Amino acid sequence: MESPDLGIVLWYTFAAFLTLSIFSFLYKDNPFYRLAEHIVVGISAGYWIAILYHTSLQDLWIEPLTKNVLVLFTPGGPFLLECSRVLINIIPGVMGLLMFSRFFPGISWLSRWPIAFYLAITAGVNLPLYLQSFTVRQMQATMIPLEGSTWKIFCDVTIIVGTICGLAYFYFSKKHKGVLGGMAKLGIWILMIGFGSTFGYTVMSRISLLIGRFRFLIDWFNLVVNYIKA
Amino acid sequence: MKIDRRWIYLAIGIVVFIPMLVYLGFPIRVTKEVRSVYERIDSLPPGTVVMVPMEYDPATMAELQPLAYAVLRHCFSKDLKVITTSLQIEGVTIIKEDLEMIAAEYGKKYGIDYVFLGYKPYPGIVILNMGENFRKPFPRDYYGNELDSLPMMKGVYNYSSCALILNINATSGVDYWINYANGRYKAPLAIGVTGVMVSDYYTFLSSGQIFGLIGGLKGAAEYEKLINHVDLACRAMDVQSIAHSVIVLFIVIGNIAFFATKKRKKSI
Repeated sequence: MESPDLGIVLWYTFAAFLTLSIFSFLYKDNPFYRLAEHIVVGISAGYWIAILYHTSLQDLWIEPLTKNVLVLFTPGGPFLLECSRVLINIIPGVMGLLMFSRFFPGISWLSRWPIAFYLAITAGVNLPLYLQSFTVRQMQATMIPLEGSTWKIFCDVTIIVGTICGLAYFYFSKKHKGVLGGMAKLGIWILMIGFGSTFGYTVMSRISLLIGRFRFLIDWFNLVVNYIKA
Repeated sequence: MKIDRRWIYLAIGIVVFIPMLVYLGFPIRVTKEVRSVYERIDSLPPGTVVMVPMEYDPATMAELQPLAYAVLRHCFSKDLKVITTSLQIEGVTIIKEDLEMIAAEYGKKYGIDYVFLGYKPYPGIVILNMGENFRKPFPRDYYGNELDSLPMMKGVYNYSSCALILNINATSGVDYWINYANGRYKAPLAIGVTGVMVSDYYTFLSSGQIFGLIGGLKGAAEYEKLINHVDLACRAMDVQSIAHSVIVLFIVIGNIAFFATKKRKKSI
């Protein structure tokens, strides 16, 4: 059997140590857990900066800006057109830099400009789309013809009744008595079934994560054993 | 009656660890929503371009990595061309390695059979821009190649060049794919999400906004079964079944203890 590289064995061992350190919190809070937690936070921040610089700042800002500035100063080109291209690169850069004004109390108000710009664009783009995707289409899905097999009709009726009763539970402008009270009561039952299903899936999800970590520990153990044997 | 919760942690640890050492092969039933994704991909002719954006990180890879493997294996075995992005920053390098590993299994070549566009910030804006042209948010791919220099990307401009999008996502970023890729650009969309998220997205299945839904490790196991390739997810489902049985037992014991204590208190 080929001997694993010592570097890989050491990195795996360090990762296994961090996994066990995090697990140790299940017993009680301790310095190993805190060490692992701080390493995760520190490395994540550094990783973010490196990835953002290489995949975003360089690609989408520095390179196009440099290219357009070089073209601008090349004689014979359409000056105004090139100027507009450079401005299109400079404006977002300046907007981004304004975010750092928050570090200087005297001019921190300037950081509101890029935030306002971003909020306005997001609101403009999202309002009609969100309404369509998350409200209108969902309402449409409850307006279904009751036809087909008995089972299908039963399922469709459950959707219609469930939606109406669920909404009735959140209707607070009238006391939950009489018909509305009954509907609200059914609504809460339906909500509870929904929560139960979500909880079941959450348990599966968490067990999956534990399986993933155990699988890693088993791989690490095999790697170390193979290295020692080789 | 009081039990130190650490005993419960220990019990769960043991019932998860021991079944991992042997494969029991408990039956797995394939659901309609997973089958529809499989059938749609399976019906595509070789050479068709599909988009498989993958957004998971070290915290969620245990759940979604087996699904990513199964889907990529299916696509590559059918000779489909795969475009991938990773709009979650922590997962970029993991997804790159996963893609390279499965592509190597099938002898696929970068730029000809698959392309990895990588990461760009603000998923909503990136997804909107990709609907216009992939080159807008990604002038270059993850490796720094210009998109036009890659043979696979010739004539591939936006979602309309892709037969379908299957978004494997562990974040709420999946809403952007539903809202923008499907809502605005009408791209046929299916999603693979973590167990915690599944019940939230069934509504989009019944409204027809997504044509398929693969949920967590169970969904991945179903997909593995469909492609006839037993791997991480199928093996993990044995462990899940045993661990769930123990958790149900704990819930029953807990409830019996609760009601017994309540009754005793009343009688006192």
